[in-house]
This record gives sequence, structure tokens and C-alpha cells, in this order.
Amino acid sequence: MSKLKLMKGNEALAEAAIRAGCDAYFGYPITPQSEVLEYLSREANKRTGMTVLQAESEIASINMVYGAAGTGKKIMTSSSSPGISLMQEGISYIACAELPCLIVNVNRGGPGLGTIQPAQSDYFQSVKGGGHGDYRLIVLAPSTVQEMSDFVKLAFELAFKYRNPIMILTDGALGQMMEKVELFEQQPREDIITGWETIGKPEDRPSNVITSLHIKPDKMEEINIHLQEKYKKMEENEVRVETIDCDDADYIITGYGLVARICTKAAQLARDKGLKVGVIRPITLFPFPYKTYFDIADNVKGILDVEMNAGQMIEDVRLAVNGKIPIEFYGRMGGMVPTPEEILEALETKLIGGKDE
Amino acid sequence: MSEQTIIDEIKTEENLVYKKPEALKDTPFHYCPGCAHGVVHRLIAEVIDEMGIQSETIGVAPVGCSVFAYNYIDVDMTEAAHGRASAVATGIKRVLPDRLVFSYQGDGDLAAIGTGETIHTCNRGENVLIIFINNGIYGMTGGQMAPTTLENMKSTTTPFGRDVSVMGYPLKITELVAALPGTQYVTRQAVYKPGLVRKTKKAIRKSFELQKENKNGTCFIEVVANCPSNWKMTPVESNKWLEENMLPFYQLGDIKTPNGRK
Ligand SMILES: Cc1ncc(C[n+]2csc(CCOP(=O)(O)OP(=O)(O)O)c2C)c(N)n1
Repeated sequence: MSKLKLMKGNEALAEAAIRAGCDAYFGYPITPQSEVLEYLSREANKRTGMTVLQAESEIASINMVYGAAGTGKKIMTSSSSPGISLMQEGISYIACAELPCLIVNVNRGGPGLGTIQPAQSDYFQSVKGGGHGDYRLIVLAPSTVQEMSDFVKLAFELAFKYRNPIMILTDGALGQMMEKVELFEQQPREDIITGWETIGKPEDRPSNVITSLHIKPDKMEEINIHLQEKYKKMEENEVRVETIDCDDADYIITGYGLVARICTKAAQLARDKGLKVGVIRPITLFPFPYKTYFDIADNVKGILDVEMNAGQMIEDVRLAVNGKIPIEFYGRMGGMVPTPEEILEALETKLIGGKDE
Repeated sequence: MSEQTIIDEIKTEENLVYKKPEALKDTPFHYCPGCAHGVVHRLIAEVIDEMGIQSETIGVAPVGCSVFAYNYIDVDMTEAAHGRASAVATGIKRVLPDRLVFSYQGDGDLAAIGTGETIHTCNRGENVLIIFINNGIYGMTGGQMAPTTLENMKSTTTPFGRDVSVMGYPLKITELVAALPGTQYVTRQAVYKPGLVRKTKKAIRKSFELQKENKNGTCFIEVVANCPSNWKMTPVESNKWLEENMLPFYQLGDIKTPNGRK
């Protein structure tokens, strides 16, 4: 009896939310992620009693998440780029107040209203803060429909481990495409009350307050130091990265999410031509796998960074490699997806040195 | 007799006429002299005490002068982003439907930046209480125009008085939410006279009772309030000004009750 199902990325993610024991979802329709809200509206409440509410905006959604996450329950929202932009103030509040929750960004091409086609142009926004103030989210970048499901469970585990918002950063193609997925077992919806939650104050404890306001600068600095220490722990413990055929590689192609799969295909094409090419796929974009790049840089001649944007993750790759080897970039923007052939050509012309050079 | 002995002699149960509600913390209010925020905080605390609902109540503080409401009202509270208190309250109530949830918001918070959240919270008929302090001005940021600033009323951003042809009209958001099917009890009160204070307290109590008893929708209490500091008046002058200028426009009384419109 096979547990395999054929599902759209967005639906696998929604199904995973139900199975992870998520207590509530608040969201607003936007292509290419509306299936998450639709699927949950159809399935969630009748199966687990999960709350699903279509809010009047992404601003309302994220603030509902803020309120609900303050009760210690498993809470999530999802949106796509313009909607995620609207949520940034709320995400900053949630990060400062240290509330666990899951935010999913099914990235589409921008800037502005842009396009509904897939893109990775929200890397900076997701990884470097996005909203105001010094804060970080753990950012998970799935590259298969399977990971769209698995990372929901992982995200909730990390959210509660660190009392921090977690982002799944994916794109319109992964959200829309169908693949086989093995779903994990239904988890119970259970309250994990540890003492900080705003759930009604019993007589024997002082009232709990969830706030991001600390008007005295010394106190606010203390909060910041605490947050930075937490982010440091994430950097120490939560880096996730996949390396493919890197052991004997002369060159590396790197990309995350959907692009990593295209890079893997490009690397195969390169090997068919006798070029030894490996792939580095960061799975956590924050914390970023700096060390992997730094170490591999001693053994390879160069890295081609491929993204569906104008070059954002490449800044972290450069930081990681710290000038040891050349790093080149190949990107498509505005909803265009690179082909393996394009990537191979970029590798040959930009990094290895073109035939006509 | 020492001072302490005299105090101890007076401080007996039978002499007790007035005391700080249990649901108020010991923190001294930071509010300006004559400000209504402290009075309304106290009323909320009194109702919480009298109904014995401290352990079931969760509050949401706004951004505005009452941003620190959680330093005074002794229940679990969340401090919302500017304007979003009713969305935060929605989030809490949706996952904890048996708790009593209230938001506490100023006019800028509720009727300008948070208008969308206010209308939709009320329109969904969330079973929460929204307490709306309308002082006709932005207190916290130093006296700028609010959506509720009266025509010709001066503020730092309407230094010659609110010109409605340029700045638009004072917004009666309370009448607006009363028109929505999602609200069950909508009332406008004030706290500048003892009799009115008692009425406001009744309205708060009634709202918590309704929230406890039924799931018939949002309760919404506007409190027409003064802001002596930013109106640049003494507390007494500000109360007089409120009575003579605010109340003719923002008329007190129930706008909608659970048993039908008034
Ligand atoms: C997003 C955002 N915009 C603006 C502000 C600045 N701000 C703080 S309080 C406030 C107005 C508060 O006025 P009101 O809601 O009427 O409450 P009051 O202070 O009068 O009680 C403003 C504009 C903010 N904190 N956040």
C-alpha cells in the first residue's frame, strides 16, 4: 500500500499544515498561493477543528497571526510577494515579541504588482530582515513538493524551539506544480503551554504581556542582544545544505529551491561533456551555509550562482567564499525560469571560458 | 498617637468606601492630569473584579497614549501594532473562543490607520469588545489631527482649524459600525461626570456579559474623551469644551442594543 500522492505544491503544504496539527491559518487570496487558503477552507476544520479565516488583507492576516500565536498555539499564514510586503511590520513585531509561527511566501516576480510567474526576488526581504529593526527569520527553501510538505512540520518544530517566526520561501512554480509526495502521519493538535502565553491569567501567576515596546534604550538593547544570541544559536545549529557531486568537482553551480533542481540537471549535462561540476543547494537561507562554500572553495576553480532574480543570494556566496575563487552569476528575472542549457552555457562562457574567447 | 496607628485605626473593613480594584496593577498611571484613559482603565478593572473574570480575560493594547495599558490592567495582554488591535483580538478570540477578549484603542488607531480592521472585525461579528477612546486628537504623537477632530478644531496639523474642504469631515465610525449586522451592542459614552462614569461602567459590564452569554457579535463602546494637554486646556476647561463642542456632534447614548436598534 503506497502512501504516495500526486499533489500540487501548495496543496501538499496545506495538507501538511493540517497534519502538523496547526491550530489556525489566517490569510488573504493572492496568486500563486491561493490554493493554500482554498484547500484549508475545504479540508481543515472538518478534519482537525483547525481555524481557517480569510482576512480582509495581509495586514489583518499577520496581525491575527500575532494575536493567535501569542496563545502558544500553532499558527500560520501564507501569501505571495506583494502580500508578504504588507506583512512586514507585523513580522517585525512577531520577531521582537518572540512568537512562534509559520509564514509562507510563494514568491512571484516583482517589483510592484509584477507577475504571477515564479521568482526568487524576495531573497533579501526574507533573509535580511524585510521589516524594520534587527531581526531574523529561519528561512527554509524547499525544492520539491515533498519538501513543501516536510518543511511545514520542520518549521513548526523550529518555531517553538526558538520562539521565532519561520518562513518557508518557495516560488510560484513549486506552488503550482504537481509531484508525488509521501505525507507524514497526522499529528495531534496539542497545546504546548510553557508559561509565557497570553491565555488568561490564573491567580498564581503575574499577568503575561506580549509586546515589542521597550521604551528605555538600555532595555531595548538588552532585548536586541538576547535576539542576536538566539540568532547565533540558529546559525550554530540549524544550517541545512545539500551538496551534490561536489567531491571531485572542478566547478560548482549553486542555487536554492526550484533553481537548485535546474542546476542539478545542468551539472549532469556538464558531466556528459566531461566537465566535473557539482551543486550546492542551501536549504536554510537563514542561517546560510557559509562554511560549506568556504570549505569547497579550496577545492574548486569557481562557482556559478544561479537565481531567478538579479543576484541576491550571490552576496552571501561571495561573503562565504571571501574572494578565494571567482564567482559568476546567471539569473532570469520577472517570472522567467532558466533552462539547464542556459545554465550550462553560462557556466562555460562566464566561468570556464567560452570556446570563442 | 503615631501617624501609623491612626491610619491603622481608620483602615478597617467597615470603614472601606473605596479601593483600588484587584485587576489594576500598582503601577502609577503615566497619563496627564484630567485624562480619561485612567478612568476607563479603572472601570475595566472594576468590571473584571465584579464579574470575577480576571483569569478569562485577554486584552489588546493599541499604539497611542494607552500603549502601556498592560502596565495597569492586570490581565494577560498583547500590545498590537498601530491600528491592528481588533485583528489581534480576532486572532486571540478565534483560537480561544471561551476567553473574554477586548481591544482598547484611540481614534487614530481605530478610525484612521485601523479603519479596515475595525470595520471587518465588526462586520464578521467577532465576539470581542472594542473600547474606543475618542479624544478628537492624536495624543501620543503630540496633538495632530485625528479622523474625529471636529470641524474648525485646531491641532498641530490643522493649525488654523480643521478645514473640511481640505481635510475631510470628522468621522462617526461608531454610527458606521452600528450599521453593520455583525455588531450587537454599540454605544457612545463619556466619563467626565460621575453619572456618566457609572453609565460607561454599565456599558462595559453589559458588553462582557454579552460576550460571555452569547455569540451574537461585536460590542463596541465609544468613550468621548478630553485631551487637556493637546487641546491646550486645563482639565476643567477641557471637560467644559468637550461638553459644549464634542457632545453636540458625538451624541451620547446607545446606538444599537441587542434587542434591536435604538
Ligand atoms: C505604523 C505607525 N504609524 C504611526 C505611528 C505613530 N503613532 C503613534 S500613536 C499615534 C496616534 C495615536 O493617536 P490615537 O490613536 O488617537 O490615541 P491617543 O494617543 O490620542 O490616545 C501615531 C500616529 C506608529 N507608532 N506606527
